Amino acid sequence: MAIQKSDSHILSVLVNNRFGVLARVAGLFSGRNFNIDSLSVAETDDPEVSHMTIVTHGEAQIIEQIEKQLNRLIDVIKVRDLTAEHHVERELALVKVDCDTSERAEILQIVDIFRAKTVDVTPTNLTIEVTGDEGKIRALLDMLHPYGIKQIVKTGKIAIIRGEIRTRNG
Amino acid sequence: MRGAKILVESLKRAEVKYIFGVQGGAAMPIFDDLYDAEGLKLIPMRHEQGAAHAADGYARATGKVGVTLATSGPGATNLVTGIATAHMDSIPMVAITGQVPTYLMGNDAFQECDILGITRPICKHSYLIKSSDEVADVVAEAFHVAATGKPGPVVIDFAKDAQIQESAFYYPESVNIRSYNPTVVGHPGQIKKAMDLINRAEKPMIYAGGGVTLANAHEELRHFTSKTGIPITVTLMGLGAFPETDPLAMRMPGMHGSCCANYAFSDADLVIAIGARFDDRVTGNLERFSQKSKKIHIDIDPSSIGKNVTVDIPIVGDAKNILRDMNKLAQPAQIEPWMQQIREWQKKYPFEYRQNGDRVMPQYVIEQVYDLFPDAVVTADVGQHQMWAAQYFKYTEHRQWLNSGGLGTMGFSLPATIGAQLGRPDKTLVNINGDGSFIMNIQELVPAVTMKLPLKIFIINNMYLGMVRQWQEMFFQKRYSAVDYHDNPDFAKLAEGFGATGIRVERPEEVRPALEQAQKIEDGPVVIDFIVDEEENVFPMVPSGAGLDEVIRGLA
Repeated sequence: MAIQKSDSHILSVLVNNRFGVLARVAGLFSGRNFNIDSLSVAETDDPEVSHMTIVTHGEAQIIEQIEKQLNRLIDVIKVRDLTAEHHVERELALVKVDCDTSERAEILQIVDIFRAKTVDVTPTNLTIEVTGDEGKIRALLDMLHPYGIKQIVKTGKIAIIRGEIRTRNG
Repeated sequence: MRGAKILVESLKRAEVKYIFGVQGGAAMPIFDDLYDAEGLKLIPMRHEQGAAHAADGYARATGKVGVTLATSGPGATNLVTGIATAHMDSIPMVAITGQVPTYLMGNDAFQECDILGITRPICKHSYLIKSSDEVADVVAEAFHVAATGKPGPVVIDFAKDAQIQESAFYYPESVNIRSYNPTVVGHPGQIKKAMDLINRAEKPMIYAGGGVTLANAHEELRHFTSKTGIPITVTLMGLGAFPETDPLAMRMPGMHGSCCANYAFSDADLVIAIGARFDDRVTGNLERFSQKSKKIHIDIDPSSIGKNVTVDIPIVGDAKNILRDMNKLAQPAQIEPWMQQIREWQKKYPFEYRQNGDRVMPQYVIEQVYDLFPDAVVTADVGQHQMWAAQYFKYTEHRQWLNSGGLGTMGFSLPATIGAQLGRPDKTLVNINGDGSFIMNIQELVPAVTMKLPLKIFIINNMYLGMVRQWQEMFFQKRYSAVDYHDNPDFAKLAEGFGATGIRVERPEEVRPALEQAQKIEDGPVVIDFIVDEEENVFPMVPSGAGLDEVIRGLA
């Protein structure tokens, strides 16, 4: 079972929603030899601003450099390391499992236990949608493995601070 | 007004005086509108790399934003080395490239390339203009970004259909970028803490870099030094920020720096870094670098702080503001025993060389240049001659020394000298070049001759790619792979062919008369080809990976 890397950090990054910004951020990581474990991007309620959740890992000095280098990009509005703060993190996975009629009830029970959802079904397979933190998704996948997982698609992690938010796009 | 014309008008509003460019298909409307533009002069160069370096040289010499212009595709890619050079040394520059029309972009059109993709890691920021409505705003933002905070090059890629599209011209009065607000004023608490540390130090030293020049903080630095009496080393990028003739000057640090500066790093109990970034050419082996000292680091770029060494007191902000605040709290340092040590090192280990028979020694040439042109603005290229020009010429004035320090771009200096001369018509421009680097952008003699610029171009010609040859001699058993330049052309004759004055010097007694002759030539460039001792090495030298205290003072 994959355990989250001990030096893993979740960075919440607000950026201008403009041409080329994703390339600048991704290029910064590759050009400076930093790691991206996952990255997810979407527009915020302000159409001019996008939010990125970047999961990375490294020693404290490296993470500090990543934050500083991100801040150097003209299109980066704000960088916040959520790791040490109270936050909620979620990932969404879509999993396609081999499943004939004899196994269906069994698998649906697992889906139920994990509070996942069945989103598609055919005579030979089942597609499941699950939301949760990394551990929960991994546990579900472990349970589904014996039936034969045909395909997994994951969103990468997104995260948000618990409680009040100071600014609109905090 | 069409987009190209809006660009030209916007450049005028941004107070651009010169634009260095090379013509080409996707930029033709812009060149057309520059043809009769008033108050903004187009300087046609012969290669886009030369155009970029000329804009860079103009920026270094004046502190203003340099502007370069090229067409799409190969024109744009030829700018790349020039943009990267400016980026590494934080030089304010705006590079404008023509781009194929928007309806062809992405189709592998003739002379199309993704120049924004190519330049993304080597510029401070970049823009694509797809509509003439955007032009004025983009130009205003680009100049703001290039010149403020930690300066740097900004690329504007301008699609050809937008160049001919009509829009109303309106230049914004001010620029406000929500995501870009550099810190310029130093934190008072940090400044107070730094001054407490400085006042308590027994062996303090100042380590000043190119940031002092970029911030125009030279006067504040001199004030701080004279008030405290703390000895100072100025990096290759910072030369001119503090007079090298001052008794407190320990001269340049690092790989080919003075023993005094390097020993001082090893012994100091406090290093005050101002606009310097603890580059590997300065620190040598980081494990052994200045271990006994606390570090104060003043820099406008937070990412420079703590990148290479652990810093005790970081101060983010503009060096000029911070030094001004520090000067209010500065007092004379009680460090006489330390100063005695410094003076002893200064006396014992000056930069020195040995005469080899009747050869022209390269260091001797620089000494004579310094003697005859002490007030000149000096540009250097990259290699051994650059180090000798840094060691044997004593810079005393702000922006007196221009060189490619970070990227180490050979071929930089001739075009940079052109830009610098246009920016500083009041000054004599001396270009100290190498035989390898001179030929890398030799085509730029053409515009220098055309404009009758009185450049003094001095080639330290040792018939080798000398710095590499030195490393091969010391670390590669004298296997001189690809450095033998004995097939060099006769540079004096070549200069004559270009319409410049060419002089060849082969004997020591010819050095001074040739320089005196060059001094008198006012109607165009003069090239003196100094045929120097071929295998002279640059010393002192801290070998790559060694500590500063392991400096080699010379070969036995």
